Formats: sequence, structure tokens, C-alpha cells
Amino acid sequence: MTLIKTNYNRRSFLKVSALAGGGLMVGFNWACSPSENLRKAPSEWFDMNAFLSIADNGQVTIMSPNPEIGQNVKTSMPMLVAEELEVPWADVIVKQGLLDEGAFRRQVAGGSQSIRQGWKSLRMAGATAKQMLINAAAQKWGISPADCTAKNGIISGGDNKLSYGEIASLAATMEVPEDVTLKDPKDFTIIGTSQDNVDLESIISGKPTFGIDFEREGMLHAVVMRPPAFGMSLESYDDTETRAVTGVSDVIRFGDKIAILATNTWAGFKGKKALKANWKGKQKLENTDEHDRKMLKLLDTKSSKPKREDGNVGRAFAQADKVIEKVYEAPFLPHNTMEPMNFFADVTDSKVELIGPVQTPLRTRNSVAALLDRPREEVSVAMTRMGGGFGRRLYGDFALEAAEISSLAKRPVKVVFSREDDMTAGIYRPASKYKFRAAVKDGKITGYHLTGAGIGSSRSSWTRENWFPAGGIENYKVESHSLQSNITTGAWRAPITNFLAIAEQSFFDELATEMSVDAVQLRLDILERAKTNPVGKISYEPEKMIGVIKLAAEKGNWGKPETGVSQGFSCYYSHNTYVAEVAHVRMRDGNPFIEKMTTAVDCGIVVNPDAAINQVQGGVVDGIGHAMYGDFKFINGEPQAQNFNEYRLIRAAEAPKVDVHFVKNTNDPTGLGEPSLPPAGGALANGIAKATGTRLYKIPFVKQQITFG
Amino acid sequence: MANYSLNINGQQKTVEADPDTPMLWVLRDLLDLKGTKFGCGIAQCGACTVHLDGTAVRSCSVPVSAVGENKITTIEGLAENFDHPLQNAWREHDVPQCGYCQAGQIMNAAALLSRNASPSETEIETAMNGNICRCGTYNKIKAAINTAAANM
Ligand code: FES
Ligand code: FES
Repeated sequence: MTLIKTNYNRRSFLKVSALAGGGLMVGFNWACSPSENLRKAPSEWFDMNAFLSIADNGQVTIMSPNPEIGQNVKTSMPMLVAEELEVPWADVIVKQGLLDEGAFRRQVAGGSQSIRQGWKSLRMAGATAKQMLINAAAQKWGISPADCTAKNGIISGGDNKLSYGEIASLAATMEVPEDVTLKDPKDFTIIGTSQDNVDLESIISGKPTFGIDFEREGMLHAVVMRPPAFGMSLESYDDTETRAVTGVSDVIRFGDKIAILATNTWAGFKGKKALKANWKGKQKLENTDEHDRKMLKLLDTKSSKPKREDGNVGRAFAQADKVIEKVYEAPFLPHNTMEPMNFFADVTDSKVELIGPVQTPLRTRNSVAALLDRPREEVSVAMTRMGGGFGRRLYGDFALEAAEISSLAKRPVKVVFSREDDMTAGIYRPASKYKFRAAVKDGKITGYHLTGAGIGSSRSSWTRENWFPAGGIENYKVESHSLQSNITTGAWRAPITNFLAIAEQSFFDELATEMSVDAVQLRLDILERAKTNPVGKISYEPEKMIGVIKLAAEKGNWGKPETGVSQGFSCYYSHNTYVAEVAHVRMRDGNPFIEKMTTAVDCGIVVNPDAAINQVQGGVVDGIGHAMYGDFKFINGEPQAQNFNEYRLIRAAEAPKVDVHFVKNTNDPTGLGEPSLPPAGGALANGIAKATGTRLYKIPFVKQQITFG
Repeated sequence: MANYSLNINGQQKTVEADPDTPMLWVLRDLLDLKGTKFGCGIAQCGACTVHLDGTAVRSCSVPVSAVGENKITTIEGLAENFDHPLQNAWREHDVPQCGYCQAGQIMNAAALLSRNASPSETEIETAMNGNICRCGTYNKIKAAINTAAANM
């Protein structure tokens, strides 16, 4: 059991009040962990962004601020509250909070880190409410709270019994306890059980659930024409034919964009097709070929300040028996969430109302307030469920567009991107390249030198220099370079590592082959060194990595493949989670095909196992899909793929069966939305190399000199 | 603009629309049936799948003028009480992640099972290949279809 303080310097993490209509209400801050960062402690009601209420009739409601992007946090996180509150999960109602409800103003969205951040604060909220209910019952019965227990929404003490609802109003008058006790993981009854996604019914019955489904009386649909290429600006346009389209009610220019307002989406699309716009190049119109040349050159450039250097790399390479050097390359990638970007805005003289799928409501509110020059208090943001995020919805560009259009049109509007808009007005995964070099002497890796280069700002970092194999190799050096571009780039599921891991794990496989050692053993040897006698500082736990490697090797029958199967191994640490994978590749009509992926994961306590398996499987499928097919080029600033006929996503027949195994432990839970993705492409590449003898260095694999089954 | 009388989920509805308006937008914007989703608009992703006389079609690519007397079924009308064996299997396997593609997946799978009650693994994969799930829930989709087939 963990004793946890609810108060720090009188700045409470919790606020308690009577529930309107009778009952107890506890407000708390979803994303702030009481053990860390005291400055974030909420002090007033408006700082609370989540609520737990127990009504007089016994109804337990958890209001979660977390927008759902498919990572199941809207279900998993309330489970933590219910666990400590001691109520049956089936009796809990989970609601999504709205930013415009005053108290929800400080809402922040979560990603892979949600569970990690909420682990203590959510349980504390539940435990506090439970303790107050117990204290109230004890007072009523005139006995000590220590003689009372709470289970299944009922408090017992001596011969007395009271349901939570019966005592909730009295509980609201109790002092907030100074500290509360959290349950021992072995006593969990909800955490660790599989619970359905709370929006499941809406999803499978087709109820309006997503931002794109939102509508408001009097609203117009806005379709936007944006510059066709990065670096271009709008010179002039002719909207005569657009205005003649039935359903089109207005055409409005804003900056370098033109909004077509229509009574339905289709009329807006047609209106846009009929619009004639002239564009001119204002900035450089960039090309992928040129990016590639420049990045390759950067890989051969010595940086004045390496990101890390242990030992003497120069000497290690000079004295090596053998030097192995390989370059790996990856393109830009669009996010392609299934639900295209969209947002609703209603800008009036008194308020700015924004509703839609965005992961950063606070940032969005602030940038809209700045854009329209309005006080922040007048701007509200409500979040809907999101049809996928993968990083794209961290950026509020679509909400800004909606706000600007509504303010100009003086009408409520919903901006909807077509798939072409979504793919070509992206905030892409930046293209990147890596050069790996290893010095081998007397059968050991004595030197390691990684150089990364990618499209980004001077502050971008393309490497994770304190992660594997850091600490495990005596002479070790990491450098990183950036190439600036006017093509917008940003976070894409498992930023940086989504390709860094493929490159690194492919390289270790090649090293193993060159050194004639087993690929798994090579990694274990390096980790053993990092564990027992690390060189310099490391920010991963070798022991945990060894744990998942062994589990994956065991469950995937590493080294003992089925007849006709070639295996590929990979492992990676990200978002505080450790994952190892074994790809099972078979030849089908003479071409390689990935049939199965065995996956071992250490993410601490698994809160909701079915949902966790779904996340891991999804990450693996995503990783394989983008390694195989992800292809996105620019010519004169113009994206060369616009829709799914030109951009290939992995489909049902191409997705391998993904077996998922969790390391069982009682550590605090860590991220799950992203960590299974980075290692997948490496395991795939290594399996293909084994099956075909061909090593793949460039994404997409499907475009390399090999055909696939 | 023209008037169309459409049979949707067993009910007769009248809409006024341009003849080239895809059924997808008639359903979503004119009839307020939001279960059918927009993903690509060019028959590539399957998010907009509905049944036209029992056959799965991409509603983004079927103009309203082509529907005529044919019966349209959407996710909202697939089963009374939303208890189609596939919907039950979807509950059992808790298939969705973001959920956006799922109505299309279910509608496509329903058409498959109505013409082939016990599809093989390959038949499932082939039939479902037109429906993209960006979240990668394919393992669960396949498992749920198998469960539904077994229960039908
Ligand atoms: S929206 Fe119709 S197939 Fe994609
Ligand atoms: S569940 Fe997200 S696209 Fe399928």
C-alpha cells in the first residue's frame, strides 16, 4: 500500500464540494502527478479539469478531460479512479468534459504518456472520495473510520451498512483528508481486467461521435483552397463559376487561402473544383531529390559539437580489424488519420466557440485568441472524439482556419478537409537519414559512430544518444544535423524513433551477420556491459530491455523457425516502454511476406489488457505498413500523392498476425500508444534480409529491388 | 436540383439534391445519418460503405441519381437494436481503436457474411481489403468476423 499526501503547502490537488442536486463532487487535475512538479498543483476550482461525482441516488460519474484519439485513455483512465473508489466498473458513467464548461478550462490532452501521468493523481482522487465517504459513515454511526470498510459501493462498519449514495451528501461536508492510502496492486479488481471502450456503442451503431459529425443550426460547411505547393502564395482568383454552384453561399479570401462556404459538404467540394486561382512562387519550391542530396552531404559533415562522445572513437576506428558503414533513408510521411481534419467555429461579438477533434485545446484556445485579438476568456474549446491522431491533431491549424472563416463570414462554420486537402496541407513526419559506423576488433564492437540528419529546425534532434547501445560500447559518438525547409513538419507517431529504430535495428542485424554472431546474443552482450559497467550515463534500463528480448526470443521460438520461415529480430525502448519483436517472414510465390510478429512488451502494470493488445497490434501493423509502403515526395514544393490511390496504406491482407506478450510486473504503467511501432520495421527488414539475402536501406521497402508476396 | 425518393433503412425519404451528389453526402448532410463516414471520396478506403439491395457499395461514389428504387441500408439500419451478429462480435472483441473506419468495416463484413456464411481466412482478407483501418485493428476485425460467422 502507498500512503499519499493530498495536500502540499496548502495548495490542494483536490477540491471537494456538494454536488448540485445532492451528493459529493471531487475535482482534480487529470494530468498532474502529485509526486512531481509541484508548481503544476492546481489551487482553485478553475484549475481542476476532471471530476468525480457520487450522486444521492448512487450514480458515479467520472468526467474525463482526455480527448480520445484511439488510445483508449477515455476508458483506461477512469478505471484507475473507479479502482480506488471501490465501485463496480459497470456502475460508472464516463463522460467527456467540455472546455467551455468553465471549470474545464485548463484541459490538456494526453498521448502515450497519459496513463503514466495520471497513474497517481487519478487513483488519489478515487481514494480520497472513498475515504471521505467512510469518514462520513463513521461519523454517522459514531464509530472510528478505521473500523469501516468500503467495497462495491457500500460502506460497512460493525452491523451497519450504507451505500455511497446514501452518505454522499454528508461526505461532501467532511474535511479533505491529509493523506490517503492507495491499494496494493495485488488487490486490484478493475485494473488489469479488460473493459470495453466507453464509446463502443456509439461507434458500432453509427451515432454522431466524431468532430466531422458535429452540426449546429445555421452552420455552413467550409471547404478551403490552399496553396498547391509549399512556398506558393495566392496572386488572384476568379470565383464566378464557384458562386454559380447550387448550395454555395459565399467565397471568402483569407491570407493565401480561399474559403468556399456552402450549405452542404458536396456543394463546397464542387465549388472548390470550379474555382480558378493563380498562384506564384514566393519562396523556394523544394524538391525531394535536392533534400536527399543535401542530407547525404550532412551525414559526411563533422559537427563542431557532437551530441555525445565516449572514449576515443577515432582511435577505435583506426585500430579496427573491420569497419562496417551503412546508410538508411526515410521519406516524409503524411499522418492520414481516417477522419480528415475538421473543426467547428462560431465567432460572435460576445464569444468564440470552437468544437472539434484537437489534442491541444489550451494551445488552440490561446492561438485563436491571439489570431482574432480577443481575450482568452471569450474563447472556448470543446473536444470531440477523434478519428485518429498519430500526432497530426497536436497542431490546431484547422481550428484557426475555422475561427478565421467564421469571424469573416459572421456565421457558424465547420471546416472539412477533403482527403486531398488532408494529405497535401500536412504537417509531415520529416524525412531523415542515418549513417551508422562500427569498428570491430577481436570479434568485439570497439567503436560506434552514428550521424543523423533530417528536415527540421536547428533545434531538432535526430538521435537518442543516451539510449541503447549507449553505455554498452567503449568508444561511442553521436552527431546530428538539420536541414531547413519550408515544408511543414511535426510529430508523427513515435517521433524520430519511428525511423531511427528501423535503421539502428537493421544495422545491428548486419553487424551480427558480419561478426558471425547470433543477432539476439549481440544485443544481449552489449546490454550486459551497459548493465554491469556502463560507459557514461544512460537513460534506459538494460535489465528491462534484456527482459523483453528474452521473452520475445522464447515466445517467438528465436533460432528455431517453422519450416519455410525466416526470422528477423528487433528491440526498442521508447516512451518508457520496452518492446522486442520477432518477425516471421515466409516466401510466397518467390516473394517475401510477413506472416506473423511475436511481440514482447514491458509497460509496467497493464491497466486494460484487451485494449493494450489492440494498441500493440495497431502499432506493429502501422510500423510495418509505413516501412513497406510509406512514400511521399515533393516536386517544386508540391506533394506527389494526394489520395489513397496514390498513397498506399497497409490493408487487411497485408497485416500479419500479431502475438502480444506482456512482461508481468507491478511497476507503474508506461506508454503504450507508440512503443510497439518503432521496432516493427526493423524486425521486418531483418526477416526479409534473412529470407531473400537482400538488405533494405530505404523506405518504402516495396520500392526497393525486391518484389513482395 | 431534383427531388429523389429514397428507401433508406426501410423508410421512404425525400431529398432535394443535385443529381451528381454522392449518396455519402445525401446521408450525412441532407438526412443527418452520420454513421456512414467520409474517408477518401474516391472509393479507396471503404469508410463510406453502405448496402445497396444487400450489396456493399462505396456511397462516396454512388450518385443519388443512380439509386432509384434500390434499398439502401446504413449502419444505423443494419439491425434493430444494433444486435447484428457482427455488432455483437465487435462488442465481444472490443475491436475499435479510434473507431472511425468501423462502421464501414462492419457494413462490408455484413455483406460478405450474407453471401458467404463461413468464409475462409483468405476470403475474409480478400473481401475486407478495400476497407482501410489506419489504426491497424485488422487482427481484431478478422477475429470478430470469425466469431460472427460462427454465431450466425
Ligand atoms: S470515402 Fe468512400 S471509399 Fe473512402
Ligand atoms: S479504428 Fe481507427 S481507422 Fe480503424
